[in-house]
Amino acid sequence: MSLYASANQTVGPYLHIGLDWLTTRDIAARGAKGERVAIEGRLLDGDGAGVNDGLIEIWQANSHGKYAHAEDPQTKPLERGFRGFGRIPTDDKGAFRFTTIKPGRVPGPGGTLQAPHLVVAVFMRGMLRHLATRIYFPDEQSNTEDPVLKLVPPARRATLIAKNTAKGGLEWNIILQGKNETVFFDF
Amino acid sequence: MNKKVGTKRGELPRYRSYHPGTQPEYNYPPYASTQKRCPTQPLVVAPQTLSELTGPVFGYDDIKPTDNDLTRQHKGEPIGERIVVSGRVLDENAKAVPHTLVEIWQANSSGRYPHRTDQHDAPLDPNFAGAGRTMTDAEGRYRFISIRPGEYPWRNHYNAWRPAHIHFSLFGPAFLTRMVTQMYFPGDPLLEYDPMYNSVADEKARVRLISAFDWENTVPEWALAYRFDIVLRGRDATPLER
Repeated sequence: MSLYASANQTVGPYLHIGLDWLTTRDIAARGAKGERVAIEGRLLDGDGAGVNDGLIEIWQANSHGKYAHAEDPQTKPLERGFRGFGRIPTDDKGAFRFTTIKPGRVPGPGGTLQAPHLVVAVFMRGMLRHLATRIYFPDEQSNTEDPVLKLVPPARRATLIAKNTAKGGLEWNIILQGKNETVFFDF
Repeated sequence: MNKKVGTKRGELPRYRSYHPGTQPEYNYPPYASTQKRCPTQPLVVAPQTLSELTGPVFGYDDIKPTDNDLTRQHKGEPIGERIVVSGRVLDENAKAVPHTLVEIWQANSSGRYPHRTDQHDAPLDPNFAGAGRTMTDAEGRYRFISIRPGEYPWRNHYNAWRPAHIHFSLFGPAFLTRMVTQMYFPGDPLLEYDPMYNSVADEKARVRLISAFDWENTVPEWALAYRFDIVLRGRDATPLER
């Protein structure tokens, strides 16, 4: 049996009505182990203007590299209450900010290990189906051997790696078009 | 969980790519806002890893039992035609997607959203917020009570009107099954003019977004009903499953 999938359609301009109730800016529950990080950035359109009606969702493993999901076959510890999900609407300037813990390494294809990363879904008016991208961490040796990052043209890899800020946090922007256009994935 | 799925190397089975024509393109000129918001570089094709084959899990604790009745969230009843919207969430293999979160939002019966950026000159309804959520049951079924949303104008082109619709957001079992879509109503004359509906190239896929009048679920002397089944991305068959 093979059914046609339903088509994605845009979230439109009034997405907040249906989606804000699950806004989650602190992804790691209290008691979750690991290095705390604050990540901020902006979602920018083809004119370089902030997208003030967008939303991002984050999915990530805990600091041990374990997903809070029944199909993660790894025998690694999982803190009670750790879901690994974030939902962050953009503000009037197209900015977003969230806190979490840096995830551990999770398995990649063919017995490889992936570098620590967050997976990101991007939603907005003017986008008929969401985009998928990733956030990697700066100063992370394992980035050079990450099986997904390796597939990205070297000149564009930096769009996926957050930068250290003077304030001690991390900055990562989503640039939809043009110079430094963020890499999006087709999985 | 010891599921009988997996590949030879013990990895999880991957999800099939969507059938061509069933999903809209990012760059779709008839919907003007796509022009500054679509990527211009090709997407990077990447393998599905544990990160994409898993996804957030929600439970009945995340919602209230009354969250699926949009007519009972305020002091009084909303103005408009009461409707029952129900259906099943399935995957492309026709397997039910059980215990998954379904979120909806919609305009009120006059075609107005209670949102600071909606300036349409139509009345707000103090008894209608237009948001609901529920979990599918073990067979993938869901059910909402609402009122029929109104059509409303938008500024995409001269005299542009959106057909009546309800926004649906679904997670399914993995990051890869995440879907946001819209449910339309049968016989809506605005569908043929609507860039969002027509952004789906394949006619069969397009028609899947139109709910069916659902006589069996009508409630006599109380509400008409519409049926809307949603099909999420499905997995490839694996050697173990055959």
